[in-house]
Amino acid sequence: MGSYIPNTETDRSEMLAAMGRKSIDELFANIPENVRIKDLNIPKGMAELDVTRAIASLAGENKIFSVVFRGAGAYKHYIPAAVKRITANETFTTAYTPYQAEISQGILQSIFEYQTMICELTGMDAANASVYDGASAAAEAMNMCRDRGKNNIYVSGTAHPQVIETIRTYCFGYGIPVIMIPKNTDGKTDLTALKNLLADDKAAAGIYIQSPNFFGLVEDIPGASEIAHANGALLATGVNPISLGLLESPGALGADIALGEGQPLGMPLAWGGPYLGFIACKNSLMRKLPGRIVGETTDTKGERAFVLTLQAREQHIRREKASSNICSNEAHCALTAAVYLSVMGEEGFAEAARQCHSKAIYTAKQISAISGYSLVYDGEFFNEFVTQCPDTEKALKVLEKDGILGGYPLGKSQLLWCVTELNTKDEIDRMACILKEATL
Amino acid sequence: MKLIFEKSRPGRGCSILPPCDVPEASIPQSLARKKPAGLPCLDENEISRHYSTLAKRSFGVNDGFYPLGSCTMKYNPKVNEELARLPGFTDIHPLQDACTVQGCLRILDLAASYLNEISGMDAMSFQPAAGAHGELTGLLLFKRYHQSRGDSARTKIIIPDSAHGTNPASAAMAGFEVVNIPSGADGCVDLAALKAVLGPDTAGLMLTNPNTVGIFDPNITEITRLVHEAGGLNYYDGANLNAIMGIVRPGDMGFDVVHLNLHKSFSTPHGGGGPGSGAVGCEKNLAPFLPRSGTELEVAGQAQSIGRVRAFNGNFLIVVRAAAYLLTLGKEGIPDVAKNAVLNANYLMEKIRGKFPPAYEGPCMHEFVISVEKLKETHGVSALDIAKALQDRGMHPPTIYFPLIVHEALMVEPTETESKETLDDAARTFLSLFDEAEKHPESLHAAPMNSAIGRPDDVKAARQPVLRFRC
Repeated sequence: MGSYIPNTETDRSEMLAAMGRKSIDELFANIPENVRIKDLNIPKGMAELDVTRAIASLAGENKIFSVVFRGAGAYKHYIPAAVKRITANETFTTAYTPYQAEISQGILQSIFEYQTMICELTGMDAANASVYDGASAAAEAMNMCRDRGKNNIYVSGTAHPQVIETIRTYCFGYGIPVIMIPKNTDGKTDLTALKNLLADDKAAAGIYIQSPNFFGLVEDIPGASEIAHANGALLATGVNPISLGLLESPGALGADIALGEGQPLGMPLAWGGPYLGFIACKNSLMRKLPGRIVGETTDTKGERAFVLTLQAREQHIRREKASSNICSNEAHCALTAAVYLSVMGEEGFAEAARQCHSKAIYTAKQISAISGYSLVYDGEFFNEFVTQCPDTEKALKVLEKDGILGGYPLGKSQLLWCVTELNTKDEIDRMACILKEATL
Repeated sequence: MKLIFEKSRPGRGCSILPPCDVPEASIPQSLARKKPAGLPCLDENEISRHYSTLAKRSFGVNDGFYPLGSCTMKYNPKVNEELARLPGFTDIHPLQDACTVQGCLRILDLAASYLNEISGMDAMSFQPAAGAHGELTGLLLFKRYHQSRGDSARTKIIIPDSAHGTNPASAAMAGFEVVNIPSGADGCVDLAALKAVLGPDTAGLMLTNPNTVGIFDPNITEITRLVHEAGGLNYYDGANLNAIMGIVRPGDMGFDVVHLNLHKSFSTPHGGGGPGSGAVGCEKNLAPFLPRSGTELEVAGQAQSIGRVRAFNGNFLIVVRAAAYLLTLGKEGIPDVAKNAVLNANYLMEKIRGKFPPAYEGPCMHEFVISVEKLKETHGVSALDIAKALQDRGMHPPTIYFPLIVHEALMVEPTETESKETLDDAARTFLSLFDEAEKHPESLHAAPMNSAIGRPDDVKAARQPVLRFRC
């Protein structure tokens, strides 16, 4: 049996003797006899080497694709070596929520710097210190939009399906309706439909539109913002943070809240988690942000200091009236994002975005040139796009044989492709070549 | 200390990406970013030093004793970290076909089988990303369950006044009305107060046991029976499971739904506030309502599910760490954790009780609450002062001002991974602080003296919020 307990038999006897107790069991006297268990029906414990063998063998049962052209909400980007090493520091991994500011200045400052970077990327005034993931960030953001009797939430059908479902789950909790904004034939949000829906709704609270959307297309955020604001509603925009190295920020385009999945900022795919949700907003909404927020202040000597602030929103103070129930968040993931953005730097980050875009355009051209394949939508896209495909199952199978994870199948005849700076021209050409051969 | 932005110099940077190997594409000017994001420009050495300095200005379990009550800051085994970094886990896309992720699915299955046995539940979901996220999920199960029976009158959740703040906040998010009930003089549920609020509008009860004052409620089976009789369900907040795992199971105590904080009881690192994992277990009759799972974006055939609470498969790498820990400890190791956590807490409590009397009598479980109310009256030294002075003595302070029902509370949780010597040292530190408080109370008001900063101005931070640097 493995164990991390230092107490020896001698220690235990000495400790019990010091307390005037005969056995540890005496300390459990409050537990009624009839509910105590004799024995757990699980295997005996194992030594570290055996555990390593067992878990590594399970890791070995997964197929690692050396080449990935799949995104759909989870993105394989290059993670600089410095990011992995710096964030593995045990002080960062083993600390708790920084309640005691004086001995948590480092973590608090790292969060303050993270908040600044998220504000810079999104063009916003304030950011929280992370929520669970992009989908729950969207759900929390929609809750931020609610205000005095205004409860109706509008969600575009072009958003990520699991984000839509998460918003629905949270709204089921609140007992408020979710109204879907239809998707247009061009693959984007039907803004005319949105205008008509809002015209008759005095209780419209918030609108959620993702851009680039689930199909990779850049949405008309200024147009959506104008319609939202003309009808007294707020606009929350979901973004891929990497796209913000190239595309205009949601803040500059008129969104009130920007949010998204932070995983592309230095976190591995990891079969879905831990991921990172971020939310940033205009000053007017600052006090409605969920979760932790770090603020700058001064200490007794007048020196710069950082603290968890605006805690009157939080569950440990406000209880059932809190803006959210978040306690544990994804602080270490936020740290990772901050280190990633520092290592990439302003120019490196913009270059990563440009390469994602350029390589996606190149890939789209190569795939479209194959018989039976064509781009489904002609709008501008960042690094994801949808193509027709004669037989998605067959196409994915031939790619898999070559260690390539192809696009995400949208039914039997369409694939959603994703390209990042990691995909080389050789890989792209090889992939296109395999697809072409398969159609012959 | 300078911010990373203040260290930035235009032109500096790290060399990460090779030149683009395909023709450069352009986007319409109307869509392009006008002003570059103000990210810092530094070389790798400067970045490494910056974060190394930040680490030195922080305190983790690795840096010393961390008896943060209700947070279970136990040692995080190194092997778990290694295993969670295996490429066979980190490089797997969440939307890979099920036949290519059998290892991931088996990790979930393995962790579920252990945790179901430990909690006495039938089914487990790993989608919730934290304890409070699990609470929300569990309460939505309650809501769906009552709805499925056409019982729409059950709108209230009963919560003791000693509960973690997440409980009432989660209940509100799930659309329930919160009914607070006072705790008895012993810190346990007051049965009369409970009976008085139970009725046809009761959706359920949320409870942690041992409770937030560190005591196992001896009436637990009576409490859960009363709630069931009234037609409500019982929710077990697993924050304090470390004290009882392998000894008694929430399911056997009459709970219908539990969440387990994998980042507390099962030794996964807290990371300065997360990521956690709030696995939710439930009895068979509630299992159809659990969040949807699967390796596809839309999974059919789970019509009764409450839906997703986040995208994809939860904080999977946290589950890997917990699975490694469960395999390591196994059948005998799990109850041994509980026994040693309880032994350590009682030992430390006994050693300091002469000066710091516990707020409640009798043996504690894995944590205990002391009140320095008297010290505040006689010498003006508060729980906050004690906490700040402990920092100067190389120890992370206990949780302070919680639970809310104890005045000037300090909540101490040593965990099972501390040695007798560490506890003896901590006891000496506590006792010497008491003497200091009596003799030189002013020195405690001035603490901490050796930390990176003196006490910060919280009021200024909240009144004039500065939440970002202006680049």
